[in-house]
Amino acid sequence: MSTLSALPVTDQSALAIEGFDAPEHRLAGTGLAGLAETTLPREKRLEAMRVGELGSIHSWELSTAVDGPGTRLVVFLAGCPLRCLYCQNPDTLRMRDGQAVSAEDLLALVRRYRPVLAATGGGLTLSGGEVLMQPVFAARILAGAQAMGVHTAIDTSGFLGTACTEEMLANTDLVLLDVKSGIESTYTRVTGRALGPTLDFGRRVVAAGVELWIRFVLVPELTDAAENVEPVAAYAATLSTVTRVEVLPFHQMGRDKWATLGRPYALGDTSPPAPELTERVREQFRAHGLVTH
Amino acid sequence: MTTTTSAPAGLIPPSEDPWRGFIPGSWMATVDVHDFIVCNYSPYEGDAQFLCGPTDKTTRLWNTLERQYLAHERRLRVYDVDTTTPADIDAFGVGYISEDDDVVVGLQTDVPLKRAMMPNGGWRMVETAISEAGHEHDPRIKEIFTTYRKTHNDAVFDIYTPRVTAARSAHLITGLPDAYGRGRIIGDYRRVALYGVDALIVDKERMKDAVAGQDFSEDWARYREEHSEQIKALRALIRMGARYGFDIARPAADAREAVQWTYLAYLAAIKSQDGAAMSIGRLSAFLDVYIARDLAAGALTETQAQELIDALVIKLRIVRFLRTKAYDQIFSGDPYWATWTDAGLGADGRTMVTRTSLRLLQSLRNLGPAPEPNITILWDEALPETFKDLCAAISVQTSSIQYVSDEHVRDHWGDDAAIACCVSPMRTGKQMQFFGARMNIAKTLLYAINGGRDEMTGSQVVEGFDPICSDEPLDYEQVWAAFDAMLTWVAQTYVEALNIIHYSHDKYAYEAIEMALHDSEIVRTLGCGIAGLSIVADSLSAIKYATVTPVRDDTGLVVDFTTEGTFPVYGNDDDRADEIAQLVVSTVMDRIRALPRYRNAVPTQSVLTITSNVVYGRATGSFPSGHRKGTPFSPGANPENGMDTHGMVASMLSVAKLDYADALDGISLTNTIMPSSLGHTERERVRNLVGILDAGFGSGLFHANINVLNRATLEDAMADPESYPNLTVRVSGYAVNFVKLTREQQLDVLSRTFHSSSWGPP
Repeated sequence: MSTLSALPVTDQSALAIEGFDAPEHRLAGTGLAGLAETTLPREKRLEAMRVGELGSIHSWELSTAVDGPGTRLVVFLAGCPLRCLYCQNPDTLRMRDGQAVSAEDLLALVRRYRPVLAATGGGLTLSGGEVLMQPVFAARILAGAQAMGVHTAIDTSGFLGTACTEEMLANTDLVLLDVKSGIESTYTRVTGRALGPTLDFGRRVVAAGVELWIRFVLVPELTDAAENVEPVAAYAATLSTVTRVEVLPFHQMGRDKWATLGRPYALGDTSPPAPELTERVREQFRAHGLVTH
Repeated sequence: MTTTTSAPAGLIPPSEDPWRGFIPGSWMATVDVHDFIVCNYSPYEGDAQFLCGPTDKTTRLWNTLERQYLAHERRLRVYDVDTTTPADIDAFGVGYISEDDDVVVGLQTDVPLKRAMMPNGGWRMVETAISEAGHEHDPRIKEIFTTYRKTHNDAVFDIYTPRVTAARSAHLITGLPDAYGRGRIIGDYRRVALYGVDALIVDKERMKDAVAGQDFSEDWARYREEHSEQIKALRALIRMGARYGFDIARPAADAREAVQWTYLAYLAAIKSQDGAAMSIGRLSAFLDVYIARDLAAGALTETQAQELIDALVIKLRIVRFLRTKAYDQIFSGDPYWATWTDAGLGADGRTMVTRTSLRLLQSLRNLGPAPEPNITILWDEALPETFKDLCAAISVQTSSIQYVSDEHVRDHWGDDAAIACCVSPMRTGKQMQFFGARMNIAKTLLYAINGGRDEMTGSQVVEGFDPICSDEPLDYEQVWAAFDAMLTWVAQTYVEALNIIHYSHDKYAYEAIEMALHDSEIVRTLGCGIAGLSIVADSLSAIKYATVTPVRDDTGLVVDFTTEGTFPVYGNDDDRADEIAQLVVSTVMDRIRALPRYRNAVPTQSVLTITSNVVYGRATGSFPSGHRKGTPFSPGANPENGMDTHGMVASMLSVAKLDYADALDGISLTNTIMPSSLGHTERERVRNLVGILDAGFGSGLFHANINVLNRATLEDAMADPESYPNLTVRVSGYAVNFVKLTREQQLDVLSRTFHSSSWGPP
């Protein structure tokens, strides 16, 4: 685990800055096709990242129907303050494992895909990792994309919600908020962090009038208890801008990545939830009047 | 033909004028089905509410077919063979699936699924196929076709040059139609319905004699002889129709006859030719004119209209040819490409979608999914949204249809073009193709590095080229120059083979009835093809952007490569790799354009592999891209399996960059996406697929073969084929019953990229 875990969870500004490890190397199996890595010398990168001219990016893809409506340019930012036991992207946990890409280049990519995103009713989704680990960079991208008329979304745990400015929220059309548990102790067990910031952020999104999708990862014997689901559903039901809830069944597609990274993976033997279980949990959300998939 | 406002005198049935109520146009004066359609068709932009389910008759007929024939065939591979009657237009008596329930009649032989011999292509294939089907050949027939009658196959091997034979044996060029029918010729079968055969004979006789006063030349003699063959075939067509009780010498008088006449014309083609692809053309708007007229007159109900289309579709599902097992390796799953092209826009901007387009799609629901006819939708963003949704819904449910860019086809070939085979567009009745299978450009790259030695056997196949001897990392410019030089040699050899093949085919296995349903003056294209594009693009990219060092065996032969560092990969919308793929395609085309071609055919190129990607892979070594020796190529213009990691749309955008002007015979992309990756609800999946198609074709993509499937479904079907008799999978420009593929082909399909969006980066 990285040194981040030693930080007090409340000291989010320090966390965000401490996390600014400039990327060190290219990963094999690049996910950045068509995006040039910056040629800035290493010592200048940190400053460029502070002012949001440079971001650390794991990869991008054009995917459909998962991270927002239509076909989306999904950009996976590197670096995450959470250490979820079930993380399916452990290769995005550390900011220094990403590649340094300039905001200008990333916005050029958005511009390139503007016709495709428009044709499919899609848009841009900043995901990760944790998008709010790089709030200045993310804000710049969201503002730029929205100025082009591209629908914008962020996929976040909300833990670093205070890093999201009102202006940034105004430039976001949709927030995909991952609420990983409804019980403080379970949340901490799953993520290593506190639940409160996530709940606070959700309320801020509503106050700003921004559309919300709530996402809940269903892991057997970890998050599947009815009493764990219930507070998430109750919370979601209080948020007036929620238009859908997605219950995401846990899968093992991340297992190989944990092995490749040589890090211990606690859920190696966990099976995906049975369809009946997934349906039960979805029904729990629906019972609160939520449109749930 | 004379200019009248009704059908030619003497051909009119006693009671009714067959052209009653049609809007007049130049189609009345000359054979011009396109003009007839433009004058008379009714575009349809409404929803699918009007469609009807199957009638009892349809269901009974389909069940009879399934129980008595198809179920047995799946078990036996070949249901039955006639070993005594060489096929021809009028070679068999009548046959029915069920005499009571056949709404559209006519079979290739006297029994459904019974296959006929077509020995004009070559005797050896026929004999092998009969024996593999568990039957004995008739020695008298063998004597005729080995002693008295020369075949296409005999002629080709009389002419083949040593370099052609060498390249063919080494699998540098493969799948050549030198022992089977070339196909990819679409007769304009609609002409028979609109004009009747007598009028077509009169027209052909007039055209034949239009040159009678000219001096002798070989072209002149061939023109006259071919016309005579066409006229004889048309007369045989009348005889064949008469056996079924129809006077197809006269025009069709109503919708029922229009469907029947059109089918009989197509039947004449598939009774006399076993071309690899026997496509039926673009029928919907044409038939819709007749159906609309009958519906308006109260002579037909919607239920009956659907029954007619279902009956025709049933007939198109049971076309069969006698094939060898070796043939199945290249064209796996027993396909025949009764490709039915539909939709698109007219030159005047109106959609060509009619109610009959929807009836055709409805047949997939009424009869269940099936690979044939190979329904091909000419897609344009401007198609009616309701129709786009219906297509996408059927793709999501059945994976049974494919899509081609209407804009590319319309711009180059007009608004009455149809797809032959998988992706080959041609003006209906005005254009045919000399089909050429393909050259293995991936192997060509290895030959360039090894100076003409084969990487699998070590033998020197091509003389006169220096190998790259240095053990230093490969230099891009040097490899490109060597590749271009070797490519030039392979292209010369390949086009030489094709010229020989089509010269012989015209002479010994001429498609008389199909050509009788063409204009007398036509465009001929030489459909050249390539396989291995993604491997070449990625390997050249590796050489250019990473460090690639050859690995040699003790004879100095390069048998593998070590590649250090990363490199851009074709299929991820990365211009650096995609530009290499573009360069390869345009270079191949330039080399082909420079060569002399039989009958001055227009040279074209396809990037399509059908299912030969497996056999090509088996015969080819390892590459700098990481592609391993003996493993299947990705299909067509697809990126390398599993290497397109940026999503299905990114993969489409890469392929869309290949310039259609360099590959006028089509650029094939086969994609598989998991249902969950298209959306949570049926409505989301449909709208998202429509969006993806709009985005892809709007970006210049030529072809999208869309599967919406889970890998687990295919794995289940492999384990338990009995439970999946109708599981349809699109492989490369066509679809197959998955369970009919060889195990190796099934594993190949499983090894392809399944685009998923599993809430996280790949």
